[in-house]
Amino acid sequence: MRLFQNANFSFLAVRRRAYIISGALIAIGLGSIALHGGLNAGVEFTGGTLLHVRLAEQPTVAELRDLVSAAGVTGVQIQPLRSGGGETTGEYLLRLPLVDEEAGLEGVGPRVQSALEQEFGAEGVERLRLEGIGPRVGSELRNKAVFALLLSFLLTLIYLAFRFEWRFGFAAVIATIHDIAVTFGFISLFNVEISLATVAAILTIVGYSLNDTIVVFDRVRENLKKKRKESYEDTLDRSINETLPRTVLTSSTTLVALVALFVLGGTVIRPFALVLILGIVIGTYSSIFVASPALLEIHRQARRRQAGPAHATG
Amino acid sequence: MFSTVRWRVIWITLLVLLCGWALVPKEDDQGNRIPSLQLGLDLQGGMHLAVEVDDSDAPPDMDLDDAVERTLTTIRNRIDQFGVREPNIQRAGDRIIVELAGVQDPERAKAIVNQTAFMEFKIVTDGSAFVNALERIDRAIVNAVGVDQLRPTQLETEVDLGEVLGAQDSAPQAVSADTTAADTTAGDTAAVDPPPGAPGAQDSAAGAQDSARGQDTAAGVPGQQGSELRPLSALLRPGRIDGEFLVATQDQPTVAEWLELPEVEEAIPNGIALHWGVEDVAAGGTTFVPLYVLDAEPLITGEHLADAGPANRDPTYNQPIVPFETTRRGARLFERGTARHVQDNMAIVLDERVQSYAVIRGILSRNAQIELTPGSSFQEAQDLALVLRAGALPMPIRIVSEFTVGASLGEDSIRQGRTAFLVGIVAVVLLMIGYYRLAGALAVGALAIYVILILGGLAGLQATLTLPGIAGLILSIGMAVDANVLIFERIREELDAGKTPRTAVDAGFANALSAIVDANLTTLITGVILFQFGTGPVQGFAVTLCLGILASFFSALYVTRTFFMIYLNRRASSESVSI
Repeated sequence: MRLFQNANFSFLAVRRRAYIISGALIAIGLGSIALHGGLNAGVEFTGGTLLHVRLAEQPTVAELRDLVSAAGVTGVQIQPLRSGGGETTGEYLLRLPLVDEEAGLEGVGPRVQSALEQEFGAEGVERLRLEGIGPRVGSELRNKAVFALLLSFLLTLIYLAFRFEWRFGFAAVIATIHDIAVTFGFISLFNVEISLATVAAILTIVGYSLNDTIVVFDRVRENLKKKRKESYEDTLDRSINETLPRTVLTSSTTLVALVALFVLGGTVIRPFALVLILGIVIGTYSSIFVASPALLEIHRQARRRQAGPAHATG
Repeated sequence: MFSTVRWRVIWITLLVLLCGWALVPKEDDQGNRIPSLQLGLDLQGGMHLAVEVDDSDAPPDMDLDDAVERTLTTIRNRIDQFGVREPNIQRAGDRIIVELAGVQDPERAKAIVNQTAFMEFKIVTDGSAFVNALERIDRAIVNAVGVDQLRPTQLETEVDLGEVLGAQDSAPQAVSADTTAADTTAGDTAAVDPPPGAPGAQDSAAGAQDSARGQDTAAGVPGQQGSELRPLSALLRPGRIDGEFLVATQDQPTVAEWLELPEVEEAIPNGIALHWGVEDVAAGGTTFVPLYVLDAEPLITGEHLADAGPANRDPTYNQPIVPFETTRRGARLFERGTARHVQDNMAIVLDERVQSYAVIRGILSRNAQIELTPGSSFQEAQDLALVLRAGALPMPIRIVSEFTVGASLGEDSIRQGRTAFLVGIVAVVLLMIGYYRLAGALAVGALAIYVILILGGLAGLQATLTLPGIAGLILSIGMAVDANVLIFERIREELDAGKTPRTAVDAGFANALSAIVDANLTTLITGVILFQFGTGPVQGFAVTLCLGILASFFSALYVTRTFFMIYLNRRASSESVSI
């Protein structure tokens, strides 16, 4: 079987449309982040307690909220978890804010748990997971995560600068920033919590998207060396088309594996799998519709500058 | 040696066998099965605590580093007591990380970690009060636990008492007034008595213990009559010094449980207290936990200690010593207490457990020192100094983060992860074979080797498999075929360009190389950073990601290539290839 053999799509001809789509996606994402009042940072970054319980009676969120406030803990966020098929599981995530910084972490989780046990009976409440993070650890983890993101960015940039011409590196960075921006937008839209695992997923997406972009750019570099008599734009299109079967197949195998993880992997791993799936779709899109157009624009800009002010047309 | 088909097959087979071997579950010395893949706390259930020294009330000139070390000692001591298998307690900067796998009662574990250290110096009694009360204690156990529950314990392994005693070394150390310190009030210098526990001392041991030794092992203790049950007596062996008894390590939990029964506590005479020791004693192929019969009233407690350590060496005899200093009030109590107990043993008890004991060589006061047995390492002295400091200067601690996963969630995660893993692999296999036919099948073969390599690598590196790690594994399966896909697409292009199969395959591998290297290296950079900055679960993800990249490099460039060579060698060069 062969898909896209001798494909000859004019990807770059539609780049303006792609700009609009990307711009719209980023705008929607930013709008969603603004509406939600920022990203939904998990207790790992904000400090607080996360209580993951399974309740036999499956109460509504409102009922649970009343119970928790009655126990004297205010400002709880409650999220019922669904299975891969969308059914309720009786599992809930309760995010409890830091009640008192001095009192530390102890107490809040057990207090809520015993309130639940009083209502539903000890057998009706199963504590699956408890995470308690003090405010200082939270801000440390946050700094670490930001630092890791920036460092990985910087190092890949250095690597690209070393292996490719600066234009390629620059274009790849634009594509990566695009991916991160759109992914964050979707994370906000789907109300996925930003946890350490989410950050790991985002870093993986950065790697994957670069991987995709590099495969195309590697082909561009090779085709440029052949010095065909064709425009830069055509060389880019040719390169994308030549690598298209690989792009599609690899994305498919990766997505298939991730969908299996999303559907079957359980409630804890689901947000992680979701972020990866989104990221890989976005990364594949961006390596075709963002990275290569960016390379073209950079190339044209540079040419214009080289041609000198006498020939400048604006 | 790397390029002929035969050698390639040999290398691949060797590597696969090595990884396969790493995956075979092994057994440790005690015959317990060690699983080949270590599971993270999020998969096996358990708790992770990060603890800090609470220095809000501490003087500004406090040595934080020392405070953390002391707290580490205290926590280690307590967790040992909690009886968790393979606890992981380590220092990370100014924090202490405590990881306990499979803890059933996280609240209790937290409470144990959270206590402030409590130290006591107590006199080791001659044990007679305890031995005299044994009959009553045994009866109390029988009444509380019931005869049926106790029968099996009567059939304990017989231990040759002569062997037990013969294997003992002498009591390790002595405590004396520190003659080098300026304000020594007690004039006693280090005496030259034979330390108790040495052969001579054993002969003069208390009569109660002598008769205990004379009894049949199964009976253990005097007064055993006919069919009467003596559950505790039967499990006790005489120790190295008076007032020390040995309980086989496997019986220790049972005995500890009995001793905590209210009926049994009542049967124990008032003036004595029973304390377990921290250090196991090995004798006659069995390990024992020492149980000490101490005076209930301490000579002094941690609050009477002003400072301890650092460990140094005796200027004359060069053996390691640990000096310590009491407070003024402590000195008065210490003088009064030790005056009545010269030549007795004094136990150092931290959080209810006997850390060490030493013979009192004379009246002790403000400055004293513990002399370790000649031949003891300096490290032992430093450890003892740390224990004393932990008791002298207890630090309140606070838990700054905690992470608890119930065992059931871990089991669910493993089960679901395994299903997702299998489904993911099957889907990828179908895609590859459907798309590339025979070449796809070759890639699937390489993928199978890839899976063995990555799992074997995880086992060999003793990496911990976490839930994000499983996700990384599944993700890497999808990505592992990427290198193969790049190569196959390239071969197809070369074939389209009119090359013969053999040259097309060679050119395909050669031309795909740069893209594969560039693409994988960038992901590898990400993986290394994640490993460096991540914690626990995220590190697990980073490890599988990095291993996955290395394994996919090898499987695509070397294994698939070898399969192709075999495939091409078997057919005429003019035939077309199935790709």
